Amino acid sequence: MGTRRIYENRRAFLRKLVQGTATVAIAGGAVSIVGVDGAWAMSLQSIDARGAKTLLRMARLMYPHDQLGDFYYAKVVEDLDREATGSPETARLLRDGVAVLDEAYGQPWIELSEGYQLQVMEKISAEPFLGKVRGATVVSLYNNPTLWPVFAYQGSSAEYGGYLDRGFDDLAWGEIPDEEASPEAYRG
Amino acid sequence: MAKYDLNDDHVVVIVGSGAGGGTLANELCQKGIDVVLLEAGQRQGPDTFINDEWASFAQLAWLDKRTTSGSWRVARDFPNLPAWICKTVGGSTTHWAGASLRFQEHEFKARTTYGAIDGANLLDWPITLAELEPFYDRAEKKMRVTRTNGYPGLPGNNNFRVMYTGAKRLGYKTVHTGRMAINSTPLDDGRSSCQQAGFCFQGCKFGAKWSTLYTEIPAAEETGRLDLRAGAQALKIEHDASGKVTGVLYADEKGDQHLQKARVVCVAGNSIESPRLLLNSASSMFPDGLGNSSGQVGRNYMRHTTGSVYATFEKPVFMFRGTTMAGIIQDEAHHDPKRGFAGGYELETLSLGLPFMAAFLDPGAWGREFTRKMDQYSHMAGMWIVGEDMPRETNRVTLNTEVKDQFGLPVANVHFDDHENDERMRSHAFRQGSEVYRAAGALEVYEVPPYPSTHNLGSNRMSAEAKDGVVNRHGQSWDVKNLFVSDGSQFTTGATENPTLTIVALAIRQAEFIRDGMAKNEI
Ligand SMILES: Cc1cc2nc3c(=O)[nH]c(=O)nc-3n(C[C@H](O)[C@H](O)[C@H](O)COP(=O)(O)OP(=O)(O)OC[C@H]3O[C@@H](n4cnc5c(N)ncnc54)[C@H](O)[C@@H]3O)c2cc1C
Ligand code: SF4
Repeated sequence: MGTRRIYENRRAFLRKLVQGTATVAIAGGAVSIVGVDGAWAMSLQSIDARGAKTLLRMARLMYPHDQLGDFYYAKVVEDLDREATGSPETARLLRDGVAVLDEAYGQPWIELSEGYQLQVMEKISAEPFLGKVRGATVVSLYNNPTLWPVFAYQGSSAEYGGYLDRGFDDLAWGEIPDEEASPEAYRG
Repeated sequence: MAKYDLNDDHVVVIVGSGAGGGTLANELCQKGIDVVLLEAGQRQGPDTFINDEWASFAQLAWLDKRTTSGSWRVARDFPNLPAWICKTVGGSTTHWAGASLRFQEHEFKARTTYGAIDGANLLDWPITLAELEPFYDRAEKKMRVTRTNGYPGLPGNNNFRVMYTGAKRLGYKTVHTGRMAINSTPLDDGRSSCQQAGFCFQGCKFGAKWSTLYTEIPAAEETGRLDLRAGAQALKIEHDASGKVTGVLYADEKGDQHLQKARVVCVAGNSIESPRLLLNSASSMFPDGLGNSSGQVGRNYMRHTTGSVYATFEKPVFMFRGTTMAGIIQDEAHHDPKRGFAGGYELETLSLGLPFMAAFLDPGAWGREFTRKMDQYSHMAGMWIVGEDMPRETNRVTLNTEVKDQFGLPVANVHFDDHENDERMRSHAFRQGSEVYRAAGALEVYEVPPYPSTHNLGSNRMSAEAKDGVVNRHGQSWDVKNLFVSDGSQFTTGATENPTLTIVALAIRQAEFIRDGMAKNEI
């Protein structure tokens, strides 16, 4: 029963996802970048517009999930920006890293084809810049509860009384364990 | 709750409130002994635990800086996180999964049973299973371990049922929902039975899983003899001219330093901090560190031979629902050199939530091959390998004098190289675990490398002779009579089984020895 509900959520969720390219506005020091259809926006303190678009693209190429809109990758850039705002060292690492990407073919990296973009990233894969973006992305992307339904991960259950009555043992296949191996649950 | 004066030197000071220290504190208090319990972390509880993996990690884990070296992959992927353990009242018993197994008889005689193994510093324990059995009995009762004392087993969740399916088809015999320190039925004191909430690693919000935080420590507080100081980090153990320890210097939450006098000091900061504290307590009398005349403090560090096998299936599993460690296969736990290695291993189900799965499935990996695996998350099942690893003199905790912590003290460096025996065992376990899942119909199987160490052992080991170890058969320092080691660092060898039940049994036993020694004025 838990199973079906999750999948309905997931389909509905996928329908709502949007994809698109961004428009940029700069107002009073903070950069804000808005997706074409206005479905997502990021507001940044330290990272400039070129850096933001580059990092967003990098995040997607590192952890590509076609079913996810840019909204989720934008959140990664916001998290990176928060870190860069508190750490000049990180800010510099990101700025210099983006410059290195752009130098690879003497043309903004963001304008290269996907194959060339990946090739440049692989070339610098042992560099601290790539390590930083990768580490930040793998934590920030999957730590976003709003994308968990896409992966049918349900997260915290304590507030619903646990999974005891929410499908903890609803596997619809495989062998049924005997009572000795797996006794009945206590339900009070 | 008691409050003792800093100059009150009749108290026993215990450093660390986890499995070892928390249990010892309660056992001593029950015997009428006054205890000051210094705990570096803060006090949380079921109501403040956060069932979100990274947020909980930030709340409970030990995040003070550490460094790593050696050929283990953790040193590359998590250079400042050699271990995944806690800094909070209750220590790692807030995080732990609850698997509670007794050691096997031959594991107390590892050197005799396995013989001399090149590159391994094997030693027999100075105690036997028979000697520890009465204390295992008491530990199992205290922790309400399922399948002991008439406590029923827990119900198997989906993750267990996948493992069970493959194990049975493969012909494995001993497959069940484990011996767990998790209530399968509710308790009178208000602790609930397991609600299958699935966040055992993040602190059980139902209090169903045993933790010293809400069992041993409140029981000790009720005696009126426990002075628990949270946010109090021990920096150095002091001694007098006769070589007896006299007190512990610690920093409180504000960073102010105090010296608490003591009659006896017990170190239970887990196997990285305990040797670090002894090494940081070096003096002109003990130039190589307190209690380190053998040179063994910090050496023989063990972490169990681990690894995980995850597999994907055609239909959903939702492994994250229900107990994290939901079942066990014990058919490989025995010693059988025909398999190509000494010692044995257990296979135990394990699940990670989506955030931790991304971090641990293949640390450092990126690209479409990785995300294709992550897309299968809801269809994955997982198990963890835990097997005996070889103690090695060169696997050790040392002071890294180049890196200092917030108190200006050298941090711990953890050096680890897998022994060939560990690698052969891991390979065998990966193969068997993969076979289990293939028998259950796996589409793909992933061999996942060890996480930062959750089981940290051996760095102040017990020995029959002073030259071979740091403490005697009671966890008492060979060099300093009123200094004890009370955590997993006193393990002579690691055995196949998860360590905590044995840590608790040893703490119960040690409390009797300390009481008797104090009564007879021997300590
Ligand atoms: C995710 C996870 C799952 C686990 N699952 C299992 C399992 O299923 N079965 C099992 O048997 N084991 C399991 N373990 C291991 C188990 O948690 C440990 O074996 C056990 O808690 C170790 O007990 P300890 O007393 O040595 O240390 P801990 O329980 O770690 O306690 C040490 C305490 O000392 C404090 N401390 C350290 N240094 C100082 C200092 N200088 N001053 C003051 N305080 C200090 C720390 O803050 C900490 O609170 C698991 C561990 C983890 C992390
Ligand atoms: S599964 Fe059971 S023991 Fe684990 S956190 Fe949930 S209620 Fe607690």
